[in-house]
Amino acid sequence: MTGDTLLSVEGIGKSYPGVRANDDVSFRIGAGEVHALLGENGAGKSTLVKMIYGLVKPDVGRMMLRGKAYAPAEPRAARSSGVAMVFQHFSLFEALNVAENVALGMDNPPPMRELSGRIREVSEGYGLPLDPARLVGDLSAGERQRVEIVRCLLQSPKLFIMDEPTSVLTPQEVEILFRTLRQLAAEGTSILYISHKLEEIRALCDAATILRRGKVVGSLVPKDVSAREMAEMMVGATLNAPARAAGKQGPVALRVTGLSVPSPSAFGTSLKDVGFEVRQGEVLGIGGVAGNGQDELLAALSGEIRTGRDVVQVHGRGIGDVGPNERRRDGICTAPEERLGHAAAPDMSLMENALLSGSVRKHLTKKGFIDWHGTRAFAEEVVKTFDVRTPGIGTAARALSGGNLQKFVLGREILQEPEIIIVNQPTWGVDAAAAAFIRQRLLDRAAAGAAVVVISQDIDEIMEIADRFAALNEGRLSEPVPTQGLTIDQIGLMLGGAHGMHEAEAHHAGA
Amino acid sequence: MEIFGINIAVLIASLMVASVPIMLAAIGELVVEKAGVLNLGVEGMMIMGAICGFITAVHTGSPMVGFLGGAAGAMALSLVFILLTQVFLANQVATGLALTLFGLGLSSLLGQGYNGIKPPRLGDVPFGPLENIPFFGRVLFTHDIMVYASIAIVAAVWAVLKYSRAGLILRAVGESHDAAHALGYKVVRIRILAILFGAAMAGLGGAYVSLVRVPQWTDGITAGAGWIALAIVVFASWKPWRVLIGAYLFGGITVLQLNLQAAGARIPVEYLSMSPYLITILVLVIMSSGRGRASLNAPAALGQNFHASR
Repeated sequence: MTGDTLLSVEGIGKSYPGVRANDDVSFRIGAGEVHALLGENGAGKSTLVKMIYGLVKPDVGRMMLRGKAYAPAEPRAARSSGVAMVFQHFSLFEALNVAENVALGMDNPPPMRELSGRIREVSEGYGLPLDPARLVGDLSAGERQRVEIVRCLLQSPKLFIMDEPTSVLTPQEVEILFRTLRQLAAEGTSILYISHKLEEIRALCDAATILRRGKVVGSLVPKDVSAREMAEMMVGATLNAPARAAGKQGPVALRVTGLSVPSPSAFGTSLKDVGFEVRQGEVLGIGGVAGNGQDELLAALSGEIRTGRDVVQVHGRGIGDVGPNERRRDGICTAPEERLGHAAAPDMSLMENALLSGSVRKHLTKKGFIDWHGTRAFAEEVVKTFDVRTPGIGTAARALSGGNLQKFVLGREILQEPEIIIVNQPTWGVDAAAAAFIRQRLLDRAAAGAAVVVISQDIDEIMEIADRFAALNEGRLSEPVPTQGLTIDQIGLMLGGAHGMHEAEAHHAGA
Repeated sequence: MEIFGINIAVLIASLMVASVPIMLAAIGELVVEKAGVLNLGVEGMMIMGAICGFITAVHTGSPMVGFLGGAAGAMALSLVFILLTQVFLANQVATGLALTLFGLGLSSLLGQGYNGIKPPRLGDVPFGPLENIPFFGRVLFTHDIMVYASIAIVAAVWAVLKYSRAGLILRAVGESHDAAHALGYKVVRIRILAILFGAAMAGLGGAYVSLVRVPQWTDGITAGAGWIALAIVVFASWKPWRVLIGAYLFGGITVLQLNLQAAGARIPVEYLSMSPYLITILVLVIMSSGRGRASLNAPAALGQNFHASR
């Protein structure tokens, strides 16, 4: 796709205390071009798009939009210049309805009734049907993203920025999204696309700019290179795919039968008759779009939600009625998805956070007193082994970037050497190199005889490390199937809940 | 029409008057909480409004200027809350409690020498012949301007929150300040304006106590009305019209117990005096036990401080 330059960024730089987020970044996007922005966590992609969207002001450098100087003081100015953005973490309000959410993202919204009509019209025109009167809290992740996209489309943007749009979508939803984006590009809208998923970028994008540590390290045409080459340019090193030891599976370590619990939160999903078993040395991957009961399943396994004694069994012994610390003693460690506030206490230091989860298995308390010496050693081990980038273990968890905190949380659980480890979204927001490392450590745990349950939305991740795959959909778990020979289409159907569910139910009824 | 020797028309008319202070304070606090701020300093702001309104009215001789003075006094006190919670990001619960204690003390200091003085009287709105309609004339058309103003304010708050863009933005800020910030709304500025509005309403309510309800100045004159206003916001599950119902309910109980005392009911006075507060506790317990609806309607970002990071 050729054409005139729409946006050119020239020598832009931005520093934060102690960090050079962007350093002399230059690139250009043509009209109607789908342009990818690639880079690891902390490479400066988010800062860069925030500058384009007017949320952050650059220290040096300039931007040109359609040949004119462009320096938005705030998002409103960016929007009026024709720049729209869909955020990585949705900027939606759960207690408001779709039309109200759309209105909030517009500068001069028409009256509500007219707006509802236009939402219907535009959303159907792009194959993204939406009901304007529904509460956003009741929508699925895919539908929520539609709200964001429709909100942008209503302002007929010239440049459309998407920050990690596919991380919460099923393969089928990704297909729909890509069709919409191609349609937009064909109509002359430029798209700036940020993603970790390199295969998607190869399928969608016309050009790519690669950032590393705040600098542009290359630009390329994604269709001409392999995903592996792109990843290596991003990281600046050779990547090794996780190695899987030949599976030696032992007896069943974790068995869950007939697990039905109501969700503790108003917008959550209740679990309905979930059952599975995991053997020693086995990795079970549980796929599904977020909000289908993942958080509840993890809570039921970690002990935050208590159930009947025999619903959750470890080595044939019922533990469903005991809390997290007793379960840790029995060898179960868990890492929830929400890093701040669930997996880690935001305002406490890494050392204190290490103690909170590790005190039982690492014997960090003695007669009611804290063994700070041991705690320090444990926290330092986690930071060192998992390459957590932090000034020190006295730093508050809140101060770490998402990817770094994720490494810390995963490291803390894995280094407790659990016999059963359950993780939810283990590599969410983590860059390629760190993700590969985390997956490798999970596989190592399995090789050492632990039962591993990986709950993830990332199908590639599950295919890479899991032995068996099950889909969680609206609180129901499908029958686990071996990952070998499973195609992406079959997985998509399982995630959509169209297939496997009835068989699974029949199985449980018979069991 | 009389029951137990209590005239029903008079009872309704006086409960409408009795509920004005808590209705004003509660509708103000509702707006503050809809913006995601929990200001527990309502009692302190009310009593500051009471004394500042009293002083202004006595010196100017005009009750209407007195109400403006009351609103201004409460807004001045709320600046402390704004500075601490919106600028220095202090804990809202602790700051609100401190605000109440500070307001009680400061009002007592300011009120030295004003004990026993009569403020200028606020007259009823003249409705002419309408006042002579049987029953309804007494109930609806024998009040001062603030009774009607308080109902108009409830209606205005309802309309603004439901239909206007400003109301939508306010609700959005209280729902998720991060998302609102990402869309380019000035979270802190909107919250400051909401807090000031809440303070002005609490101040008006306080001034109504010292200028109309009582009318004189004594220390601690608001006697917990601010706390009842806070309870009414929860009782109303953050819906403006229910604030009106809640205020009438509590105002009604207050008036009823006074009337029962006067009528010589055979219940000890202490039980009657504590009844509005007991009912408040009871209502809060009932509302909180039905977790589903009531908690669902609470603004999601209520009581959380916002700091724009990067």
